Amino acid sequence: MLTVLLAIGILVLLSLIFGAILGYANVRFHVEGDPIVDQIDALLPQTQCGQCGHPGCRPYAEAIANGEAINHCPPGGQATIQALADLLDVEAIPLDGDHGTETAKRVAVIREDECIGCTKCIQACPVDAILGAAKQMHTVIADECTGCDLCVEPCPVDCIDMVEVGVTAKTWSWDKPQGIAATSLNIIATDRQTEVAH
Amino acid sequence: MQAAKIFSFHGGIHPAENKAQSLQLPLGRPSLPSELILPLGQHIGQSSRPLVKVGDKVLKGETIAINNGFLSSFLHAPTSGTITAIEERLIAHPSGLSDLCIIISPDGHDTWTTLEPLHHWQDISKTDVLAYLSEMGIIGMGGAGFPTQVKLQGAYKNPLTHFIINAAECEPYITADDMLIREKTLELVLGIEILQHLVQADHVVIGIEDNKPTAIAALQAVLGKRNSKIQIAVVPTKYPSGGEKQLIQLLTGKEVPSGQYPADIGILCQNVGTCVAVHDAITFGKPLISRFTTLTGDALKAPQNVEVLLGTPVAHLLDYAESEPKKLNRLIMGGPMMGYTLNSAAVPIVKTSNCILAASKKELPPPAPEQACIRCGMCEQACPASLLPQQLLWFSKSQEFEKAEHHNLFDCIECGACSYVCPSSIPLVQYYRHTKSSIREAREATVKSDLAKQRFEARKARQDAEAAEKEAKRLARQKATPSKAAEEKKAAPANAAAPLAAAPATTDESKKLKVDIAIGKSKLKKLQKQLLEAQENEHVEEISNLQLQVTEQEKAVALLEEQLAKTVEAAPIAAEANATKPAPAPVNDELKKAKVDVALIGVKLKKLQKQLADTPDDQELKDKITTFEADLKTAQDTVSKLSDSTQTTMSASTTEPKTAISDELKKLKIDAAIAKAAVKKVEKALKKAEEIQAPEINAIRQQLKEAQQRADELENALANPATTTTKTETIAEVAPNSVDADAAKKRKIDLAIAKAGVKKAEKNIQLLKEQGKDESEIEASEWPKKLIEAQEKLAALEAEESTPVTTSVATHVEGTTEAIAKSQAKAEPEMDLANQIKKEKIAVALAKAQINKLNKRLESAPEDADSINQEITSTEQRLQSAEALLEKLIHSQTNLQENR
Amino acid sequence: MTEYLLILVSTILVNNFVLVQFLGLCPFMGVSGKLETSIGMAMATTFVLTLSSLCSYLTYTYILQPFGLEYLQTISFILVIAVVVQFTEMVVHKTSPLLYRVLGIFLPLITTNCAVLGVALQNISKQNGFVESILYGFGAAVGFSFVLVLFSAMRERINVADVPTVFKGSAIGMITAGLMALAFMGFTALVQI
Repeated sequence: MLTVLLAIGILVLLSLIFGAILGYANVRFHVEGDPIVDQIDALLPQTQCGQCGHPGCRPYAEAIANGEAINHCPPGGQATIQALADLLDVEAIPLDGDHGTETAKRVAVIREDECIGCTKCIQACPVDAILGAAKQMHTVIADECTGCDLCVEPCPVDCIDMVEVGVTAKTWSWDKPQGIAATSLNIIATDRQTEVAH
Repeated sequence: MQAAKIFSFHGGIHPAENKAQSLQLPLGRPSLPSELILPLGQHIGQSSRPLVKVGDKVLKGETIAINNGFLSSFLHAPTSGTITAIEERLIAHPSGLSDLCIIISPDGHDTWTTLEPLHHWQDISKTDVLAYLSEMGIIGMGGAGFPTQVKLQGAYKNPLTHFIINAAECEPYITADDMLIREKTLELVLGIEILQHLVQADHVVIGIEDNKPTAIAALQAVLGKRNSKIQIAVVPTKYPSGGEKQLIQLLTGKEVPSGQYPADIGILCQNVGTCVAVHDAITFGKPLISRFTTLTGDALKAPQNVEVLLGTPVAHLLDYAESEPKKLNRLIMGGPMMGYTLNSAAVPIVKTSNCILAASKKELPPPAPEQACIRCGMCEQACPASLLPQQLLWFSKSQEFEKAEHHNLFDCIECGACSYVCPSSIPLVQYYRHTKSSIREAREATVKSDLAKQRFEARKARQDAEAAEKEAKRLARQKATPSKAAEEKKAAPANAAAPLAAAPATTDESKKLKVDIAIGKSKLKKLQKQLLEAQENEHVEEISNLQLQVTEQEKAVALLEEQLAKTVEAAPIAAEANATKPAPAPVNDELKKAKVDVALIGVKLKKLQKQLADTPDDQELKDKITTFEADLKTAQDTVSKLSDSTQTTMSASTTEPKTAISDELKKLKIDAAIAKAAVKKVEKALKKAEEIQAPEINAIRQQLKEAQQRADELENALANPATTTTKTETIAEVAPNSVDADAAKKRKIDLAIAKAGVKKAEKNIQLLKEQGKDESEIEASEWPKKLIEAQEKLAALEAEESTPVTTSVATHVEGTTEAIAKSQAKAEPEMDLANQIKKEKIAVALAKAQINKLNKRLESAPEDADSINQEITSTEQRLQSAEALLEKLIHSQTNLQENR
Repeated sequence: MTEYLLILVSTILVNNFVLVQFLGLCPFMGVSGKLETSIGMAMATTFVLTLSSLCSYLTYTYILQPFGLEYLQTISFILVIAVVVQFTEMVVHKTSPLLYRVLGIFLPLITTNCAVLGVALQNISKQNGFVESILYGFGAAVGFSFVLVLFSAMRERINVADVPTVFKGSAIGMITAGLMALAFMGFTALVQI
């Protein structure tokens, strides 16, 4: 009987000691906030477009940190999903179509002769990329525009177009090679010509 | 002159040289093409900014575009001619895209502009020489197109140990530099001497491959003659010894560290072409407008080197070198290792084009299909940059950019040696290029997203600050209001403590009244708003209806206000008087009641009269009116009686003269309030008039002034109540005046609206006429009718204006009624009368117009004569009755006025 | 001194806990996808293993043995391990949030890592002293880390290589692990304790 009591007593004592240690550690190593949010936020495209259903990129980053799906960001597209998947060590999933589709990069362009100077788009722009004053023509600073679409809706005269940013010789990039061709029949080495002439 | 020590670099390959073909023929000089295409971005960095316009005439060597920032260059006209266009043209770029180009149509004279050589380059500052080189449009002609002055400036960072002239030209097929050295040996050496003067390096070495013996001999001859210190380093032929970093390694044994420039280790490298261009610019003042280019390949019958003007289309050169279109399979700009395929021969030669390779299918077969990597490691053996091509391939394939960068992908010079040796025909360089551009894109995207984030956060901070400011203001206001109220509350009981028990009752009553007034006022506002809308929309019927309602509401409010004033007054009076005389209060009450009765009866009467106007034959109504009139009279009698008795009571209670005075005071206050209201109204009218640009603005302004004066007078009177008794009469006179002004203003607005209505109707008729509708159709439409109505209304209003004394009172019942109901109950019927008169006048005018119209119709449609005649008769009857009524009304009004 | 060295060599190479004794295979296969992650896991495990072997030795020697409660060793060791793992989790969460995130489920799983309990129990059965216990635990942890890092570096390369489709993923991983185990058998002749 005594042994049983002793055993129980020892175990309780051990538990108490370890509990005290853990309690102290919990206070000593208390984590303020969630630093992972910053890292997620850094991967998002920062268009602040709200297509994910959150008012900006950071709120979505917070939502992801709290377990929301990583595929709600159309402007970032598959590349962002891949980056998020790598960061969070989860599986990369295809983009959720409910939140929009991945489009080519666009910028807003105001048809300036139609602008009535209502300043509504200026208020809508999340990155202050529209310049203008009341009753003055507005214009978009193309370099600052994130192509978020948010200014299109408020315009009372529909004078804002989303224009795709075309590829110029300066922004052009090389294509990825097709890889190992499935139809490659010239497997036998002697059939191939590797020498440049002669 | 002495032989330099030669080192070695890792890797490298030995592809077939194929240089002999293009050296068979001497240097060629193609004819002028029909147009020259000069891309604005021929160099690394910002595109140049055009200086010329379409249609401008330019001379050979004239500046046509200037630099656009630090890393940019100038551009010059390669020949004299006209600028025919500045537009997007296909350019020599692996993407096959277009870019902005200046198109020159040569005039064939090839006239030089005035050349200004820099003769004293040894005496002037180096900075000036560099600026001059920049203005001459000189860029590195080896391939990258780095602006030369920028490169030279970079070389000032560290003292130079070596100045290397790159004459290696390691790529197969290309012999342009070889030919240049042979043709322009002296110029080259002089150019090197100029550059050496600029950079002051310890050693000057020309690095040249041993497959160019003629060029080496020529150089040695010139250097020997000049007894020059410039060394010649003959390096073994190995691709890519002409790469900058590889040549540096060959000649100095030093390796340029990853991510750094040769200048960082005290070495400067320049291409031979650049040196010659520098010489030409400084000695002759010739800008960079032409270059040596190799035309070669199996598809050309006459492969050779040419000195070609920049901007010459490739097609022109192919013609010159007698190309065989049948044999031509691939057109390559640059060499077979590092060049790129051209999709079109329309692209121009630019400052960096060193070779055009027109290859046959046999010569450059299409790349074999890619196969799996067998990890043979040959690529690693061949890589001149000592990289791990296989690893880079894996990372590129699996898009692991970070790791690729970690494995120094950006040190890859894209020489193509790895692809060349790969037994699996993997296009390694393409993978690297793709990965490099993807990484660059990602970097740019990061920069952009960081910027967007910054801006978004700045905006959010700003918005938050604004919101916080607003909130703070609101809080401050909230704090201020309750404290005031508290003070008042504190003050109130103190004041109320002195008077007797009557006070609480009166305050209760006044509270109730105040609430009622507030409700009444809000209703009034609503109605006025509706009225305004109706006026704007020209709903005639609605307007009259609404006006009536407004009048009533105003009356009700006025009554309530009066009551309130009385109650408020009653409190102190009661307090003072209740010891001696409790009588006046009930009398006052009765008086008030009687007055209300009078007002109510007056309103009812008015309504009935209105109905009567619509249906003049209704006997019942007439009876009713008579009874009401009788009622009104009795009520008025009561009022006069009561007021008499009040007066007597008051005079009787001589001990309390204050009561009378306070009564006066109250009246004065009300008058003042009315005057103020009038001022406000006139101001509002003025605003409206300004908006519709009515011609009455000045008159209204005058009224405003007068009204303000009156308000001031009244306030003055209020300020010194001692004189009030004497002034009462004056004020009594003044009050209606203010009402007059008010009325006049309203009248004018009505007039303006009526005029606008007429105009609109006329316009519409005009429109209909223009649309080609005939008279009858127009007649059928409602517009002529509306026009006539509007005209009548206008006429009536104008008539009123001409008789201002009577009508001004009449036109705006609401204003006057209010005032009169307050000041003297007797005025009430007069008011109604005036109103009535106005209405009848309108009715008369309407009837007349109707008759006119009917007559017109009679003329146009004689077949309907009977029915129309009937109508006319009935209308005339109506007119007569209306006129009779009008007369009666005017008569009674005169009577009333006389009575008063 | 030689004895201590022998303990280290034995636990790291000859009697490697993963490839020879086949303990702790779960994190070995699970966290070896990325080199970065596996290094983090290796460090966490090293910390936990060393600390837990120390704590379990103390618990056994100074609490269980004096009271003759040796039969409670398993349950009290589990308690000790759980506490140490919890403690480690808190420290990692504070110092390296990303590592904490990346380790994910595997960090708490160290609790059930059989290598940890195995080391504690073997310490008792081998009657290791205080220093020997710590060294034994540390050596086991280093051996675990060693093969985990090696394996993950291999897997990273295998991931981008042209592996036949049927062998892709875990299959080629298992094969690789088997080959590694074969290779480690070669150390058997090195030293024997």
